[in-house]
Amino acid sequence: MQALTNKSIAVNRSPMTIWERLYLINIIKGMVITFSHMFKKQPTVRYPEQKREFSPVFRGLHVLNRDEEGRENCTACGLCAVACPAEAITMEAAERQEGEEHLYREEKYAAKYEINMLRCIFCGLCEEACPKDAIYLSETFATANYTRKGFIYDKNDLLIPNTLTNATALAKAKGVEA
Amino acid sequence: MTLLAFDWAIIIEKLILIAIIVLTTLLITLYTTFGERKVAAILQDRPGPNRAGPFGLFQPLADGLKLIMKEEIIPTSASKWLFILGPGLAMTASLMTSAVIPWGTELHLFGRTIELQIADINIGLLYVFAVVSMGVYGIMIGGWASNNKFSLMSALRAASQAISYEIAMGLALIALLMTTGSLSLKTIVADQVAGNWWNVVYQPLGFLIFFICAMAECNRTPFDLPEAENELNFGYHQEYSSMKLGFYLFAEYVNMIMSSAIMASMYFGGYDLPFFDESTVAPNIAAIIGVGTLLIKIVLFVFLFMWIRWTIPRFRYDQLMNLGWKKMIPLALLNMLITGALILSKL
Repeated sequence: MQALTNKSIAVNRSPMTIWERLYLINIIKGMVITFSHMFKKQPTVRYPEQKREFSPVFRGLHVLNRDEEGRENCTACGLCAVACPAEAITMEAAERQEGEEHLYREEKYAAKYEINMLRCIFCGLCEEACPKDAIYLSETFATANYTRKGFIYDKNDLLIPNTLTNATALAKAKGVEA
Repeated sequence: MTLLAFDWAIIIEKLILIAIIVLTTLLITLYTTFGERKVAAILQDRPGPNRAGPFGLFQPLADGLKLIMKEEIIPTSASKWLFILGPGLAMTASLMTSAVIPWGTELHLFGRTIELQIADINIGLLYVFAVVSMGVYGIMIGGWASNNKFSLMSALRAASQAISYEIAMGLALIALLMTTGSLSLKTIVADQVAGNWWNVVYQPLGFLIFFICAMAECNRTPFDLPEAENELNFGYHQEYSSMKLGFYLFAEYVNMIMSSAIMASMYFGGYDLPFFDESTVAPNIAAIIGVGTLLIKIVLFVFLFMWIRWTIPRFRYDQLMNLGWKKMIPLALLNMLITGALILSKL
């Protein structure tokens, strides 16, 4: 049969020569190969101490963003929940009261905002759907948890620390994310 | 009271020596398991155990603790006493070899001359041979008493493998005996220290045969058919748990160290440090250097064992038998013939 490519090599089925049947030479060849691997660079990332660099487009855990005055951007419009293919996002809207202008940027805000991290597929469609730049996918990933309930992240888990009142926490959060 | 007119100090001396050797062997064994994992890892471009303590040095302690804390299970259908006897026998047999190995020359302490050898018996090699072949009883009894098909199969494999390779091993040793003219390990080592060359120069083929057979006797890869994980579910120690399993695993490593010590003593000059005249330093220092040299040789052999294990796969059963009966034994006989002819031509 004619070969389709010039890459195929016919299997050599000739009986082994006496040197091949001694095995020793081939065993020594193999041992040289394994020995040379002692000096190769290990690809291992020693995880808790070393962390692998994520690519800039990595889609990790969500954060709820604040504006430069530390006010929540989210207006609970629900577009992220609509966009979400996994139906992981739920929210409840509330109206901003008098004297809460320093907390929320617009008249409506999310009183409750929950993402079920067990359902989330980290597609980033919520990020794209958001008209208010309120939700972003960070570079951290979901940590382990003991219960299923623990994977339902609420506003406390998602909201980015306030730039003005809690700068150290923000710096810490950024340090972890970096 | 003539019966008690006896040098009691020698008993104490020997007991201390036995305790030191056994404890040191067990300690080295602990770290051989660690070494095995590290060597395997490094040969496979991995870091290996590195979490417990600095560089993972406490890993063997953690492993040992884990084995001890595990539940001890004796299957209801197992033969209880034999089941318990198996691991103990395996361990005892492998530790008993240490009795005739000359670990060094002699120490001068407290006005006494202490031989660094538990027993210098004039049939040392025969003793080694006898004890090594007893090692298979541990596996046999354990595998049989488990009352498990895989275990029994593995025990049968272990027995047939040991018998096949002991013949070639013995024949390789006979050739060595023809050149040395002595069965005492002390004399064999002393001859190599005094003479110019190690026995491996006179018996290269004999050494190769002995090395391969020793690997088979230790059940090391490529001869680890008795504990073939993927065909026999770990074979003879499948039903074992906790420290009884630990004893089997340990016995394998003790065996490895002991056969390394035997090979170093018989073929590689034992405690002889090459290009170094022991008479130029104080006898005590020379003895310590000798012990260190032997330990280094043992470590090198153990590394060789591991290196081979992580390089080549296991033999098939028929390949094992072919190698043992059709290659090793004729080669050993040939080696014997050549050695005999050379000795005769020199006379």
